[in-house]
Amino acid sequence: MPGLVNGVIVSVTFRATMGRRRALLFAVPAVVLIAITAVLAATAASGSWKPEFLGDFGFTIVLPLTSLIIGTSVLGAEIDDGSVVHLLATPVPRFQVVLSKFLVAATLTILFGAIPEYLGASIAAGPGSRLAIGLLAGALVASVIYNALFVMLSVLTTRAIAIGLLYLLVWEGLLANLVPGVGLLSAGQYSLSIAKAIANNKGLHAHLTATTAIVMGLIVTVAALVICTRKLSMFSIRGDAA
Amino acid sequence: MTSIDVTSIELRSVTRWYGNVVAVNDITMSIGPGVTGLLGPNGAGKSTLLHLIAGFLAPSRGELTVAGEPSWRNPGLFRKVGLVPERDSVYSFLTGAEFVLATARLHKLPDPGAAARQAIGRLDMADAQDRRISTYSKGMRQRIKVAAALVHDPEVLLLDEPFNGMDPRQRLHMMDLLHAEGEQGRVILLSSHILEEVERLSGTIQVIVGGRLAASGDFRAIRRLMTSRPHVFLVRSSDDRRLGSALIGSPAVSGVELTARGLQVRALDYYAFTRQVAGLTREHGIALRELLPADESLESVFAYLLAS
Repeated sequence: MPGLVNGVIVSVTFRATMGRRRALLFAVPAVVLIAITAVLAATAASGSWKPEFLGDFGFTIVLPLTSLIIGTSVLGAEIDDGSVVHLLATPVPRFQVVLSKFLVAATLTILFGAIPEYLGASIAAGPGSRLAIGLLAGALVASVIYNALFVMLSVLTTRAIAIGLLYLLVWEGLLANLVPGVGLLSAGQYSLSIAKAIANNKGLHAHLTATTAIVMGLIVTVAALVICTRKLSMFSIRGDAA
Repeated sequence: MTSIDVTSIELRSVTRWYGNVVAVNDITMSIGPGVTGLLGPNGAGKSTLLHLIAGFLAPSRGELTVAGEPSWRNPGLFRKVGLVPERDSVYSFLTGAEFVLATARLHKLPDPGAAARQAIGRLDMADAQDRRISTYSKGMRQRIKVAAALVHDPEVLLLDEPFNGMDPRQRLHMMDLLHAEGEQGRVILLSSHILEEVERLSGTIQVIVGGRLAASGDFRAIRRLMTSRPHVFLVRSSDDRRLGSALIGSPAVSGVELTARGLQVRALDYYAFTRQVAGLTREHGIALRELLPADESLESVFAYLLAS
């Protein structure tokens, strides 16, 4: 994506994100997912757990949590420690800064969230199964939408992790599943609905059509990135006050 | 550096407040080529002013342009502006050379490698350039930040407390560098609480007190304009005691003290005193050996401005 992203920002962000102590956390949800999948595959009598566990645990916990940890750190950590000023004191257009950070966050989430989800599905149902392919597609979508939201959140607030966690627990975990209509504004529902459409598996708890999920997912992603760019364009350093 | 006619920083009635707190209050100033010191006590509004000029704060009121362009929401302006922020946070996992090179690439310079090498050389950081910034002393971090800010040869260089953490040798080196950059016609604005260095570096100061511009111009001229406070001179002559007696009768003098270093004279009127002292010594047949203004340091200018 030359012109949209900046190679220098991408490479520095990769090094910064993977170099932080927080990077050790990236793999934790994925390891837990694969370990539990392996245990269930070896012990479970029926196969109904496969879509339920991989859909619910994978799309409600693993992918959002991995996105939250990564998405809030790619830009948020630099804002927190002030080093972002060195990046912003250059003529790089702010949309390039945001898209470069977003690209890194989404890629790392695919690595630490979407691919493990596919590995889990492959252990459960086979690597070429419709379930594995569907869950991989849904996980890729989740990696994109969640990271757009969390990169935006890290620019909007210094308490991005706490607010992001609250959003995941209350909105995505509770309201999107219990309150009719909220699913239309749920990143989890968009990604799981796409997974369900491809996997053609009723065990996946999604309520939207694939078209609605794609259109809404696209709108939310673009809106989040636009808001993020606008906010970063107005980045202020609060100085001393008389 | 490309020279252009409009290279200057212009503020017209710029005000910035946070809620009910006014950080910068109705400041009008013009800063041209050369080194200008931005002085003031902690919390005076110096950093706020630098952030406004760098485009990292929007003025609540007033107009602000740098090189003829508004700085707020104008990242393109950083082609002409270099910024050295006060905060020590740099990408510490990079080596010094990687950091400056990355900055050169972000500026899309035609030969970023050569520009980075040149900037690092100017800051005397070539020996340490391959070490990670996390291993640098505070002074070295300051220098690598300045190298990054200079890598694109900006017309305007803004530095927030650039001497922080530097040892005396590094300070001298930095002062020489900034002085040379200013001599070349670059607009350099630096904030500092180390008044002695600013005094050595820059004759032009902008003094901010309580968010307002308390004084502006040559600091010695500012001191002379402040006639409400006595000026202190150190006078050495062939007969200090007799000269002291003669001086105390002058209406331009408010006090004379005989010290081991000579006469310490408190003058009420700078110009009247300097004119009279020559006449008095001639009149009394005393040889004048030395006449030094003893309180022209920025510290004293500053203290007077704060008190007034």
